Amino acid sequence: MIVKVVAVAVVLIGLATFPLYASPYPVRLLHEILIWSIFAMSLDLLMGHAGMVSFGHAAFFGVGGYVAALLLKSMPGALGALVLPALAAAVSALVVGFFAIRVSGVYFIMLTLAFSQMFYAVAFQAAWLGAEDGLVGVPRPSILGANLSRPMSFHLYLIAVCALAALLLWRVVRSPFGHALRGIHENEVRMQAVGYAVARYKLLAFVIAGVVAGLAGALYAQFVGSITPDAFFWTASGEVLLMVIIGGAGTLGGAVLGAAAFILLQSLVSSYTERWMLILGLTFILFVLWAPGGIVGAFRGRIGIRA
Amino acid sequence: MPFFPDIFGQALNGLSYGVLLFLLSVGLTLIFGMLDVVNLAHGSFYMLGAYAGLSLIAATGSFWLALALAPLAVGVVGAVVERTCLRPLYRRSPLDQVLLTFGFIYLFEDLVKWIWGGRIRSIPSPDLFSGSVTVFGATVPSYRLFVIAFGLAMAVALWLVIERTRLGAIVRAGVFDAEMTAGMGINIDRVFTWVFAGGAALAGLSGVIAGPIQSAYPPMGASILIPALIVVVVGGLGSLKGSLAGSLIIGQAETFGKAWLPGASMVIIYVVMALVLLLRPQGLFGRPLR
Repeated sequence: MIVKVVAVAVVLIGLATFPLYASPYPVRLLHEILIWSIFAMSLDLLMGHAGMVSFGHAAFFGVGGYVAALLLKSMPGALGALVLPALAAAVSALVVGFFAIRVSGVYFIMLTLAFSQMFYAVAFQAAWLGAEDGLVGVPRPSILGANLSRPMSFHLYLIAVCALAALLLWRVVRSPFGHALRGIHENEVRMQAVGYAVARYKLLAFVIAGVVAGLAGALYAQFVGSITPDAFFWTASGEVLLMVIIGGAGTLGGAVLGAAAFILLQSLVSSYTERWMLILGLTFILFVLWAPGGIVGAFRGRIGIRA
Repeated sequence: MPFFPDIFGQALNGLSYGVLLFLLSVGLTLIFGMLDVVNLAHGSFYMLGAYAGLSLIAATGSFWLALALAPLAVGVVGAVVERTCLRPLYRRSPLDQVLLTFGFIYLFEDLVKWIWGGRIRSIPSPDLFSGSVTVFGATVPSYRLFVIAFGLAMAVALWLVIERTRLGAIVRAGVFDAEMTAGMGINIDRVFTWVFAGGAALAGLSGVIAGPIQSAYPPMGASILIPALIVVVVGGLGSLKGSLAGSLIIGQAETFGKAWLPGASMVIIYVVMALVLLLRPQGLFGRPLR
């Protein structure tokens, strides 16, 4: 226990002091990794734990991003930056989830995919959302009196939100609720028979995952300073799915590893060749074929630990 | 009715788009019905068809030769994908197969960019259908009429093959219960490969005939996949009839949406899908969900 606390503290301090000795580009990469880690962890709660493989998770990422972008100009505080985007993501996830959890497996994949494309279509055509160009000039908020347009305070803010989101998801996964989700993953019919309100559990998992994805989207809009309909596009959902698979589904840490591997690989490969997508596709195919447990699974297999 | 020609012209546009969707979705729905695979790379086969057509037209100078050869090439690619990558996954969860096909989207799209470049490439329509004709007061490119006739002929041919031949009976049996079909002494593995390759070839065919209408550009595969999936969901998974009905409905919905509700045209097909799912969750011609 103490070892774990110390390890977490060391990691947090390491992350927090990173900009002091690193140049701006690695810091930018770290920010991207942090944001995508949140997004990937939220999807891992759904697919790794509850067994609900969503191909439309970007819908909630996009909602969070768009709501933050809309609000931050007039409400520069935590309300506009985090609270309301998360709330909007929760409402959208509730509505989408209400329909989507009625089906499972590939039907669930296709319904979530279609719903997220619906969000994409709306964002792409609605003038008040900036249509194709999206919303630009998103200011960085000031929270608790700290002006986050200063790079170092924004950096600390990202780490803080990321750590809180991770803590929330970790608590959820370890709670009785999380155990029930894994039970549903293993055998839905039996959980139903034992007396769990399976549909309600699945819907709640869907909403929690949506909220965290919305937070990631809100942070993303603040980080980049803009948000475009591409945030909703189904390949964005696919990419975050890829991260979870590469890292290893069913472990929150795996989602973080997957996000880091994806973004580092992307930046490394694109500095050598334009064929990034080719390499990404191949990597992914190889992972699905030969390492379905992802990085974490491969590592566990090597050193002989069973989860 | 002064605007009748207008409506009629739009309906023909919708019909030609619907026919393209049919050629795509029929493979998607049969592959799903039989192999339980949602082939996300199906749009990539469409894209490969368009580009293969582009090169074959350039090499042979004949649209018709390209129309015959490009689908064959795409079918071979499909067979290779099924044999080498999908087959080892049949014992795993269907989700692994979906994810695998997602990887192929990236692979194929980047390969196409590598070989043909990322720009939009226009594909000339065949000389025979380069003009336009006036039907009931509406001026329609004759190529679109050819696409409609060709697509409907393909639909009839497919229906005959699937409903009236021994091979079709095997495919239908496989869609209903692949394990049982194997138990009856059918080499189901080979049928799987043929169905996957056939579906890929049809998607490639769709890509070739779409070429002169929509041109060829690398992301075309990822963007056509969604309407094709919606067709499959609306029509009912695994159903040939559903695939035809769904294609025609979605084709018209999208075309009239663009003309009459330009501000919300992209949303319309999702509304159609949502309505169908609310009234008939299994799709128009699908078997009830288990």
